[in-house]
Amino acid sequence: MSRLGTITRRGFLVGSVAVAGGIAFGTYTVRKPHANPLSADLAQGEAALTPYVKLTREGITLITPRADKGQGVYHVQAALIAEELDVDLDAVMVDPGMPSPAYWNTALSTEAAEFFVPEAGTMQDLTIGAVNAVMKTAGVQITGGSTTVADQFVKLRAAGASARETLKQAAAVRAGVSASACQTDAGQVILPDGTQVAYTDLIADVAQMRPVQDVPLRDPSTWRYIGKPMQRIDMRAKCTGTQDYGIDAAVDGMLHATVLLNPAQGAGIKSFDGTEALKMRGVRDVVPITGGVGIVADNTWRAFQAAALVEAEWEDSAMPAEMDGHWAALDAAFTEEAQDSRVRDDGDMDAALEAGSAIETEYRAPYLAHAPLEPINAIVRVDDDKVEIWTGTQIPRFTQTNVSRITGIPAENVIIHVLMMGGSFGHRLEDDVVRQATEIAMQMKGTPVKLTYSREMDMTHDYTRQIAMARARGTVADGKVESFDLGIAMPSVITSQMGRQGLPASGPDSQIVAGAFEQPFAIPNHRVTGYRAAPLAPLSSWRSVGASTNGFFYNAALDELIHAAGTDPLEERLRLASDDVTRKTLEAVGEMADWSGPMGNGKGRGIAFTKSFGVPTAEIVEVTATEDGIKIDKVWVAAEVGTVVDPVNFENLVQGGVIFALGHAMNCEITYTDGVADQDNYYSFEGMRLPQCPEIMVRGLENGDRVLGIGEPPVPPAAPALAGAIFAATGTRLREMPFNKFVDFV
Amino acid sequence: MKLTVDGVTHEVDVEDDMPLLWVLRDELGITGVKYGCGVAQCGACTIHLDGTAVRSCQTWAADAEGAEITTIQGLGTPDNLHAVQAAWVEHQVAQCGYCQSGQIMQAAALLADNPSPSDQDIDAAMGGNLCRCGTYPRIRAAVKTAAANLKGA
Ligand code: FES
Ligand code: FES
Repeated sequence: MSRLGTITRRGFLVGSVAVAGGIAFGTYTVRKPHANPLSADLAQGEAALTPYVKLTREGITLITPRADKGQGVYHVQAALIAEELDVDLDAVMVDPGMPSPAYWNTALSTEAAEFFVPEAGTMQDLTIGAVNAVMKTAGVQITGGSTTVADQFVKLRAAGASARETLKQAAAVRAGVSASACQTDAGQVILPDGTQVAYTDLIADVAQMRPVQDVPLRDPSTWRYIGKPMQRIDMRAKCTGTQDYGIDAAVDGMLHATVLLNPAQGAGIKSFDGTEALKMRGVRDVVPITGGVGIVADNTWRAFQAAALVEAEWEDSAMPAEMDGHWAALDAAFTEEAQDSRVRDDGDMDAALEAGSAIETEYRAPYLAHAPLEPINAIVRVDDDKVEIWTGTQIPRFTQTNVSRITGIPAENVIIHVLMMGGSFGHRLEDDVVRQATEIAMQMKGTPVKLTYSREMDMTHDYTRQIAMARARGTVADGKVESFDLGIAMPSVITSQMGRQGLPASGPDSQIVAGAFEQPFAIPNHRVTGYRAAPLAPLSSWRSVGASTNGFFYNAALDELIHAAGTDPLEERLRLASDDVTRKTLEAVGEMADWSGPMGNGKGRGIAFTKSFGVPTAEIVEVTATEDGIKIDKVWVAAEVGTVVDPVNFENLVQGGVIFALGHAMNCEITYTDGVADQDNYYSFEGMRLPQCPEIMVRGLENGDRVLGIGEPPVPPAAPALAGAIFAATGTRLREMPFNKFVDFV
Repeated sequence: MKLTVDGVTHEVDVEDDMPLLWVLRDELGITGVKYGCGVAQCGACTIHLDGTAVRSCQTWAADAEGAEITTIQGLGTPDNLHAVQAAWVEHQVAQCGYCQSGQIMQAAALLADNPSPSDQDIDAAMGGNLCRCGTYPRIRAAVKTAAANLKGA
């Protein structure tokens, strides 16, 4: 078996720099030079060739700094390095390494942008403040592209190439031959006479060398890994229970803790009484933390049980008492004063609507929890001058700063080990769990405290997806959509999220209109207006962020206009498509599904298209209206990503995104009563289960010139395609999610 | 009390009503068994008790005394995969993988009971195991492959 499966476990348990000892290679000199983070920890006889490749006597380690939430990025990153380095993926070790500026796009601002709009490409550039100016350009160009993926796509291959050429050079010098006469294969340099020199035998030689830079990358036609079905390096571990996640980590002397927080998220605590809890077996302490109480025991279950015995008096919530109040706040935001952006404003909308509108419709999307299957958790040990943290997180460097502020210990002495995550969907862009574990650990210095949220605490104290509302109008003539006016109101996700990191936010929030304002459709009069509602529940990025609500609004409204025009939803989208990749994406999905208008027999199909994160994605959903309710039969997806790095993982991620989106559209919402979430476990927030899962056909298109990520783009078009299918099958228009408020699903 | 897990007998000192899930994870360090919901809603904690798939979050430690407890780590190992695990690897099922211990234990129990499950049988057996990443299409395919391989074996 590959040794890869065991590497993360080692990282978890050793508890110090997992890459301690070794040589490390990179392209970091082509950007702003940063100290190679691997160099500091090299032991005698080890070398770091770039920040991504480390050689030790035990073998070759590839460093894959982008956190893996389950989407397989450790694997993809390793494959990109291996493609140029000439190593077999099953003969190397992979390690996420330690957070370091060398692994980010050098500047904190980039991490910040990534944090607020993960892997967002064009939208990522639209940081608050600069939004208006950039959006004007972006709205027209829509070249998009996920800069993160594109960036890694080149950077990691370049690191592999640099390491390879440096090793070649070292072997050539030693043998007194020319480097260009040497070959490389499977972790060896092959000299002109056929002698093989293992990379790991060259450690002492390369340690003295400057890495060879600016090595040309190989032609795609020679790729061994990219574009071919791969065996994910974490697969065996994940199928044998041997993959450690954050929740499985253990540190010597560790105690188990949980928290009891004000049921109303974010509101404070007046007083508490832990007497009864302290009497329970195994309970070590009950301590105050911000907004609640930490319960420390020798076993997680005992901590959960004890938490139920803590008596507390809570402060009141600032949220509206009922959901009506939340919706009223959105309703009230459709005003000129609350207008946040109007970047898309083609033609003359006011004139177009003078003679009346073909539709006057309103759409709603609820709050949603992220609810990854692994509840959030963190281990923190606070010593006098040092903090050590073990957790699955997407924001390690923010967390270092926050913990430094809480403890007064300098950030460079806050060591964070990023562990494998059992899903995220945006959940792990928050670090409350680390902050709380830190507050507990400060009250028991020297003892590692492992804080695990119960599922109930995790779901009720999630920072939810935005609640949102949209209003649409438009006109049709001669079987064509002539004008489309869409207004979207929501509180600002970005402001809420940035606020918790102590960062200021000013200017328009691109996410209020993302997935709508930049859609590649040439409608003669077309306007998209964002309205910013007052803050309600605290919000966070949820898989595909603004587009998760706006893809529904945009497509659902466009469908109603197309229906009013009496034309076909696919044909009309094709006619309106304003660029070639969009047209090809729509054509592909139509061809895959053999789209040919209405179906009859209680069956119906819907189509939707959203370009989000730079990826044009078209989906068709087919349903049957049965006596017991709607059955989702089939889904077809075509997505344009430039290059499909791993077709198997690609298909898995797209299918997963569709299932995620359909499940939430069917039956999920978070509602608040007096600031307390009404849903606290999967029985009231279920999503899709296996028996409901349709057949999902996927095609990755490679017509574009950028390499783009696929984690989020399958999400936005799924709900509107389902709504369209239900309309075609039953005549019922669904304008509000979750749909099970109006129709049953089998 | 004495608990036999994956063929090894352990002496543990826990409350009778401590869920087996937490005995396995926190007392014995068998962390392949996962906590997802604690209330029989997700299936992440699925183990075999004398060959039957049960939710370990709903099984009292005392009730498992004397029984043969099998976890994902006892079903097979990375170097010696069980047929169901091998099918999972072949189909590259996992994304985050957090649900997969439970999915595999559920599927292994199904196939032990019913070597040729129909689509309906698979739906019925696997419906209680949530996958938030949405790997259901691959789970379906892998169950079928595992069934075929087990029959051929
Ligand atoms: S943890 Fe037991 S079913 Fe979810
Ligand atoms: S693979 Fe992530 S929950 Fe199933």
